[in-house]
Amino acid sequence: MSDQRIVPIVMPKWGLSMKEGKVTGWLMEDGSRINPGDAILEVETDKIAGAVEAHDGGVLRRRVGEPDTVYPVKSLLGVIADPSVPEEEIDQFVAAYVTPSAEDDAEEQGPKYEFIETSAGTLRYAKRGAGDDTVVLIHGFGGDLDGWLFNIDVLGEAATVYALDLPGHGQSTKRLDNPGLDTMTAALSEFMATVGIDSAHLVGHSMGGAIAMHMAADDPDKVDSLTLICPAGLGREIGGYVDAFVAAQGRKDLKPVLEQLFADKSLVSRQLVDDVLKYKRLDGVEPLLKDLAAALFGGQVQQDQPGARLAAGEAPPTLVIWGRQDEIIPATHAQNLPGAKVVVFDDAGHMVYMERASDVNALIKQHIGG
Amino acid sequence: MARKISMRQAINEALDQEMARDPSVFIMGEDIVGGAGGMGEIDAWGGVLGVTKGLNAKHPGRLLDTPLSESAYIGAAVGAAACGMRPVAELMFLDFMGVCFDQIFNQAAKFRYMFGGKAETPVVIRAMVGAGFRAAAQHSQMLTPLFTHIPGLKVVCPSNAYDAKGLLIQSIRDNDPVIFCEHKNLYGAEADVPAESYAIPFGEANIVRDGKHATIITYGMMVHRAMDAAAALAKQGVECEVIDLRTLSPIDWDTVIDSAERTGHVVCVDEAHPRCSIAADVSAMITQECFKALKGPIQMVTAPHTPVPFSPVLEDLYIPSADAIAKAVARSRSH
Amino acid sequence: MTAPNSTAGIFPLDKQGLLEAYRTMRTIRDFEERLHAEFAKGDIPGFVHLYAGEEAAGTGIMMHLNEKDRIASTHRGHGHCIGKGVDPKGMMAEIYGKVSGSCRGKGGSMHIADLSKGMMGANGILGAGAPLVCGAALAAKFRGDGGVAISFVGDGGSNQGTFLESLNLAAVWNLPAIFVVENNGYAESTSRDYAVAVDSFVDRAAGFGLPGVTVDGLDFFAVYEAAGEIIRRAREGGGPALLECKMIRMYGHFEGDQQTYRGKGEIDDIRANKDCLKLFSERVVEAGVIQRAELAAIDRDIGAEIEEAVVFAKAAPLPTARDLTTDVYVNY
Repeated sequence: MSDQRIVPIVMPKWGLSMKEGKVTGWLMEDGSRINPGDAILEVETDKIAGAVEAHDGGVLRRRVGEPDTVYPVKSLLGVIADPSVPEEEIDQFVAAYVTPSAEDDAEEQGPKYEFIETSAGTLRYAKRGAGDDTVVLIHGFGGDLDGWLFNIDVLGEAATVYALDLPGHGQSTKRLDNPGLDTMTAALSEFMATVGIDSAHLVGHSMGGAIAMHMAADDPDKVDSLTLICPAGLGREIGGYVDAFVAAQGRKDLKPVLEQLFADKSLVSRQLVDDVLKYKRLDGVEPLLKDLAAALFGGQVQQDQPGARLAAGEAPPTLVIWGRQDEIIPATHAQNLPGAKVVVFDDAGHMVYMERASDVNALIKQHIGG
Repeated sequence: MARKISMRQAINEALDQEMARDPSVFIMGEDIVGGAGGMGEIDAWGGVLGVTKGLNAKHPGRLLDTPLSESAYIGAAVGAAACGMRPVAELMFLDFMGVCFDQIFNQAAKFRYMFGGKAETPVVIRAMVGAGFRAAAQHSQMLTPLFTHIPGLKVVCPSNAYDAKGLLIQSIRDNDPVIFCEHKNLYGAEADVPAESYAIPFGEANIVRDGKHATIITYGMMVHRAMDAAAALAKQGVECEVIDLRTLSPIDWDTVIDSAERTGHVVCVDEAHPRCSIAADVSAMITQECFKALKGPIQMVTAPHTPVPFSPVLEDLYIPSADAIAKAVARSRSH
Repeated sequence: MTAPNSTAGIFPLDKQGLLEAYRTMRTIRDFEERLHAEFAKGDIPGFVHLYAGEEAAGTGIMMHLNEKDRIASTHRGHGHCIGKGVDPKGMMAEIYGKVSGSCRGKGGSMHIADLSKGMMGANGILGAGAPLVCGAALAAKFRGDGGVAISFVGDGGSNQGTFLESLNLAAVWNLPAIFVVENNGYAESTSRDYAVAVDSFVDRAAGFGLPGVTVDGLDFFAVYEAAGEIIRRAREGGGPALLECKMIRMYGHFEGDQQTYRGKGEIDDIRANKDCLKLFSERVVEAGVIQRAELAAIDRDIGAEIEEAVVFAKAAPLPTARDLTTDVYVNY
């Protein structure tokens, strides 16, 4: 793509396992003026639906992707160009476009996942990018590192990014000795030491936010900055999500529970529900989650308040991001950490880093100074 | 952690893990170890298609090669189950049910009811099903409807390695007798399968493809044919929902009816013969439960009412094709 | 010195044991005779196959068993049930189709079972018990608990493939399984001599590599001693065996059977000369070990017990529509 005047819009790769996506509809007409960050068209994967956003400005000259059609990752979906570019050149560009093969892609990225042995069992993690700054992404209760599918590659452009599966989660060992914030934080600490991270910008979602705060309060040298996304640990209230998540046995009862996570309920795809069920059905997961839920959120009250301890001492630079429509932890908790920068998105829920991925990515990049 | 393994390996792993977990689990069947009493290698076969290969070394004494004597050893499995064990008996080919059916349908299936709810018979009978192996009329049948007819039996037929492992583990842990049907042409098919143990509950169909224009309901090998048909139809703008029933007794009627109500066009695909088949059963239930939601007549795509032929040319004609499924969708939508 | 009432040198059981054997046989007899009478009144639904006349065989074997041991019975199963300790009241209510029955009225005469007593069920399918018993014996072998399992089959059912395959399987796996052939001379209306080609069932056992013994099934003591030896051997890991008991049924194949296939005077001869209970009583009384009055006392007890069972069964509630669809699966 040497011709900088013509910019392709391609099928994005949201996350490590995405191989193809379906165009569900265009949000822009032919000839529309496009600014960077504009949502141009909607794409659905087997995991989630989202909007493809413009990286560059220009005019939408060609809509190639047909609605209700599936395209491999990096397929040409549209063309943005300056109005001065003649139609024939756009035709030539479309005709000459070759979708890079998936194999090339894999070589570029290296292994999808890596595994290390720790005292908390095997931990799975993913690593992206090679920047000087180090970012560690910490998922929430019942989640895993694949939840960062819209974030990890983008953040990898600015930093060396690690995302791990906490003990008992994702593809890490399904064992939790003395479940609680202390053991989770100790596991994070051991993870960082084992992969050779002295200090990192911690990005924690929900329970992961509480873990990040816990580490920042107890071990400030390991924490360059904090990004807390709808974090636990800043107040006592919490919705009934955790218990309902643990109790759900099948697709039909899990789906409404997962819908609590999003402002836009249609984002809970069948595949997302199936993936969570596959995890929940592994032997040992249900009792493990029950114990963890009792330790952290027993009686539907947040048992630990690492935010209060953090506020009492010297906190690292802290960014708090929340979705106003969070049904799990109230967005008002964002005010409970004096000195933190707070951004609240009106049209997002607990999974704000998925629902407003590019905004959240930009905020994190800015926060870590990338 | 998950990795790609074949359905053969997934079944082997489920047996291995359940034997390690529960000392009351044991396995019996013809040549499941292989070479018993001979001069050569012990563990020579691991079953005729190698599904139980290697288990004997890990669980010595808990794999029993049987004489060619299905009514005796299937009955023994049933008797041992009634006495608190959890036997997994391999019937090799489900077609062999003819020589041991009494032990299955008059004994295992009926104990609980006949004995007033006081019996539990947690036996699993594993057997190969299905055509496409050039094995002719007595080794290729899809006899699932004969078992779903019998109250007291549960009937399972996985379409992929992930489901096979989770459903077999559930079968072993289940306290009712289970007929576990393994399509011989799927043994080599690979899928992402967690290394950990997990159980998939019975009576939960899997929606393997979302769609709004038509519903294709099937199980086993035919799930793959249905997916091929759905992919072909998608190119024409017709989006089919494909439902893999996974368990045929119980059946997840909620998912079936819900989908039929949403799409209004239903195709039931079954590798069994047409009369009194799973396809016929599902069609009838949908007609009874949501007739008004239907926008066209329910279509059935099944094998013909013939024995399974030997000649590859004929056998390929016998097995329902993706093309036949796609045409059936079009037929319903033409109304 | 021998204590008063000693049985030593005369009988293989002490006095207590003899009284217990008599009590069991008398319970079976009274149970069956009462059923015969009640069935004729039309109060009992379906088929009933009576064990009367065969009590010595079932009792002589069952007295060697404990609750860990298991048996699988036949369509003619009442005697085996009582011998294995199943409650006659529950059995009677079951036969009347009542919800208080052993099987909540869902099994009936041909399917009475009590797994907690090791009774794996009467069975409406002839020969079906033999493979089940192989499984019970296999379970005992896996557990190493010294348990044995006993399959009962009639001379008719012994022709089933299931039975013959089971002899082989038990022999191949050296299972603690015992196959009792209750040879009462008739498969329904077809005589044993017509339907079984070999002269002795022991020959059949030999064909499968099993030891076999034939005993006079009317003689409690012969059965008791032969069964004792076979069961002891199986418990000790010696493997399976076959026991043929030659016996006589006092009634027809089922209640209502006119028994026109029997020879002239056959039934009168049975009643007069071949009643195993009478033979037992005469032996123990003549030996001076037990007084007639002691047996009479047992008779009175049992009479009352069976009367109570019938009263209970008749008064017991019937199943309701709700019961129709329960107990099919543990969960579904």
